[in-house]
Amino acid sequence: MIKFLLRRIAMIIPTFIGMTLLTFALIHLVPGDPVELIAGERGITPERHALLRAELGLDKPLIVQYGNYVWDISHGNLGKSIITKQPVFKEFITLFPATMELSFFAMIFAITLGLPAGIIASVKRGSFFDHSVMGLSLAGYSMPIFWWGLLMILFFSVFLGWTPVSGRLSALFWIDADTGFMLIDSLKSDEKGTFVSAVRHLILPSIVLGTIPLAVIARMTRSAMLEVLTEDYVRTARAKGLAPFRVIMIHALRNALIPVITVIGLQTGVLLAGAILTETIFAWPGVGKWIVESINRRDYPAVQGGILLISSLVILVNLGVDMLYGVVNPRIRHNK
Amino acid sequence: MKRLKLLMMLCAIVAISLAGVNADAKTCVFCSEGSPEGFNPAFYTAGTTFDASSRPIFDRLVLFELGTTKTIPGLAEKWTISPDGKTYTFHLRKGVKFHTKSNYTPTRDFNADDVVFTFERQRDKNHPYHKVSGGNYEYFISTGMAALIQSIEKKDDYTVVFNLLKPDAPFIANIAMDFASIFSAEYADKMMKAGTPQEVDLNPVGTGPYVLVQYQKDSIIRYESHKQYWRGPAKIDKLVYSITPDASVRYAKLKAGECHVMPYPNPADLAQMAKEKDIKLMQMEGLNVGYLAFNTEKKPFDNVKVRQALSMAVNKQAIIDAVFQGAGKIAKNPIPPTIWSYNDKVKDYSYDPVAAKKLLAEAGFPNGFETDIWAMPVQRPYNPNARRMAEIIQADWDKIGVKAKIVTYEWGEYLKRSKEGEHQTLLLGWTGDNGDPDNFLAVLLGCDAVGSANRARWCYKPFDDLLKQAKITSDVAERTRLYEKAQVIFKEQAPWITIAHSVVFKPMRNEVVNFKIDPFGGHVFYGVDIK
Repeated sequence: MIKFLLRRIAMIIPTFIGMTLLTFALIHLVPGDPVELIAGERGITPERHALLRAELGLDKPLIVQYGNYVWDISHGNLGKSIITKQPVFKEFITLFPATMELSFFAMIFAITLGLPAGIIASVKRGSFFDHSVMGLSLAGYSMPIFWWGLLMILFFSVFLGWTPVSGRLSALFWIDADTGFMLIDSLKSDEKGTFVSAVRHLILPSIVLGTIPLAVIARMTRSAMLEVLTEDYVRTARAKGLAPFRVIMIHALRNALIPVITVIGLQTGVLLAGAILTETIFAWPGVGKWIVESINRRDYPAVQGGILLISSLVILVNLGVDMLYGVVNPRIRHNK
Repeated sequence: MKRLKLLMMLCAIVAISLAGVNADAKTCVFCSEGSPEGFNPAFYTAGTTFDASSRPIFDRLVLFELGTTKTIPGLAEKWTISPDGKTYTFHLRKGVKFHTKSNYTPTRDFNADDVVFTFERQRDKNHPYHKVSGGNYEYFISTGMAALIQSIEKKDDYTVVFNLLKPDAPFIANIAMDFASIFSAEYADKMMKAGTPQEVDLNPVGTGPYVLVQYQKDSIIRYESHKQYWRGPAKIDKLVYSITPDASVRYAKLKAGECHVMPYPNPADLAQMAKEKDIKLMQMEGLNVGYLAFNTEKKPFDNVKVRQALSMAVNKQAIIDAVFQGAGKIAKNPIPPTIWSYNDKVKDYSYDPVAAKKLLAEAGFPNGFETDIWAMPVQRPYNPNARRMAEIIQADWDKIGVKAKIVTYEWGEYLKRSKEGEHQTLLLGWTGDNGDPDNFLAVLLGCDAVGSANRARWCYKPFDDLLKQAKITSDVAERTRLYEKAQVIFKEQAPWITIAHSVVFKPMRNEVVNFKIDPFGGHVFYGVDIK
C-alpha cells in the first residue's frame, strides 16, 4: 500500500511540471497584452508601455519568464496579481471556500439522486422508470448550463419566488466571513435567519452545477449495475434465498460502485470547470469566475497560479479515489 | 387548540423576522456588475472601481454637480487663478471629518496636509508612499498632470497653492476626476509607522458619504453612512453592492426585489423593463461617442473627398435602429451634446449614396476600391455590437463600389495594432472623463495624440492650433468659441464618421427616489432615498 502510494506520488511530479508548462504556454500563446488592456481606448506612450512591461517582468524572453515562474513556485510563491497587486495564493484562498461549498453540495445532490436512480433503473430495466431516467439524464448531460441556470432562476426565483436569485446570503444580513464557508459563518452569526438564508441561496446553484454529474452518475450506475447483476455470484446469492434488497444493495452495488467512484472522482474536475459558468450566473464568488476574469485581463500570475492550484486539487482527489478502490472492494489490493 | 397555538407561534416568528427586515428599511442594494480592482481610485481607470471607491468613500477638492458635468466646490470652498493661468490657490473647507475605522480614529479634521499628501504621492517618485501598492498612477500620468504641476505648496492649514509649468484650462475639471480623491495624511503616517502602508489602499479612509465596512471579493461590498459627513449624513444608512456580473441575473434580482438599482441592462430587455410595474427606467444621453476613424496617413484616406464620400454613404439611422435598438442618437460632432461648446449648427453629411458615388469619382475612384473595417471584439456603451455595425457599413459602402473586409482581433491586440496604425478604417469610441471638451477633442484628435488615442492619425494644423489656444485660455466664452470653430473644421475634414452617442438606461425599483444619472457613467448614492 505504501509503495503504491509512493509510486503514485512520484508520478505526480512530472504531471505537475507538465502542468506548469502547459498553463504558462497556453496563457502566453493567447494574444493580448495586460498593459494594453489596462490602458484601454486611451492608449499609452511607447516609453510608458515598455516601463510597465519591464515592471511586470514581461520584457524578458519567455524561457526566462518560465524559469523565474518555476523558481518562484518551487519556493512556494505564486506571485502577485497584475491587477489587484494582491498575492495570488491569498486571492485563491479567499475565494476557494465558496467554490468548495458549492461543489460539495452539487456532488451531494448528484450522488443522492444519481445512485438510487441508476440502481432502480437497472433493476427495473426496460420499464417506464428506466426509460425516463435514461432520457432525462441524456437531456441533463447535454444541457447548456448557462441556459439551464437562467431557466431555473426565472422559474423558481422570479416566477414562484421560492429561492433567492443569486449570491450567497441576503444583502440584509451583515456577517463576517471568517471561514469563507457561508453555512458555517452563518451558523456562527447571532443574527436570526442567516443560516436559513445561506441554505436557500445554495439550493439552485447546487442543482444547476450538479445536473451534469447527476446524469453521468445515474447512467454509469445503471450500466455498472446491469453488468454486475448478470454475474454468477449474484445469481447464487439469489438462489440461496437472500432478500432482493440485500442482493442488490450489498452484493451487487459494492462491485458496481468501482467504476462509479472513478466517475465521481473525474467529475470533481468537471465540477470545477462547470463552476465557472454556474458561478457567473449565480454571482457566486468562487475561483472559477476569478480565473475567467483573470484570463480576460491577461492577469498571467493569477491564471497560472489558479489553474495550478485547481489541477493539483483534481490530482489529489483522483489519488484519493484510487485509494478508495481498496476500501470498497477488498479484492483490489495495492500491495504489488 | 394545539394547532391554534402552533399557528400563533408561527405567526409570531414570521412577524419577528419581518420586523428584523423592516428595521433595516434604509438599506439600499445596488447590483453592481463586477468587483473593483482595488479601493484606491488613483491606480485604476475602470468605472466599476470608481463606483466602489472614489464615489462613496472619497471627496475631491472640486466635485461634479451630480447629474451634470458642471464643477462645484468640494473640499475646496473656493479657488482663485492667477492672471497668467499658472497658479491655482485653493481655500479649503473647515470642519470636514475623516472616517473612523477599527484601526484608525482621526485626531484632526481635513486640512492642507491631506491635499499635499494626495498629490505628492502621485507626483513625487521619491515620496515614501509613491511605490506602495504598485504605484501606477495611470490617470495622473495620462491627463498630463505629472508634466504640468511644478510644485504644490501648503500656505497654511487651509490654503494650498498649485504652481503649474504652463496655463491649463482643463485643470479644474481634471482635479474633479476620481484619481484626485483626497486621502488622509494622518492615517497614512500611522500605517507607515505600523509597517502596513498598503492598508491605506486596502482599507481606505476618506471624507466621503459612506464608510467602507466590508468587502468580499466577487460577492459583496458593504458601506455604512458617514454620520459626520460635511454635506449632511446620507439618507440611506446601509449601502450594499451585491456583485452580479450577468445582466439577465441582475434583471431577475431587480424583479425579485433583491436589489434596488442595477447598471448596464441588456438592450434586449429594455422594452420589457419599461412595462414592469415595480420598476422605473431612467435614461440619459451618455457622455460618449462611437465613431469610425479613417487612417488618414494611408491612401486613399489622405484624400478628404474620399473621407467625405464614405461619410455620405453610411446610413446612420439604420445603425441606430439595428445596433443600438433605439438606445442611441446619431452623432454629428465628436463631442456629445451634453458637453458645453457642443456646436449644434454643424451640419452632418446626409445619407446620399448617389452623391457619395459622384464625389468618389471626383476623387479619382469611379469604380471604388478595396479596404478594411476593423470591428472591436468587445461590447462598449458607445458600441454595443461592433461586428453588426461593421456589417451595415460594409453593405453601405458596397453600394458605391467600395469593397471592405471586416477585420477583428482580441481586444488588447486590437488596441495595440490600431495604435500603431495598421488599420485602414476602424470602429472605436470614447467615454468622457471630466466633461471638458478638451478631454474629447485633444485626447482623440490632437496632433500629440497620434500614436496613442488618435486612431485617425489625423494631425491638421488649423484644428490643432484652435485646441492648443483653447487649452491655455481660461475664459469659458472664448474657449467655447474656439471649440465650436474646431468642430466645424472637423466636420469638413471628416477624419471620422461620427456614428452615435448611446443612451444610458438605469432600471430601478419604484421605491428608489432622488437617484440621478451621472453623465460620467458612475453610480452615486449620496442623496438617494428609499421610500
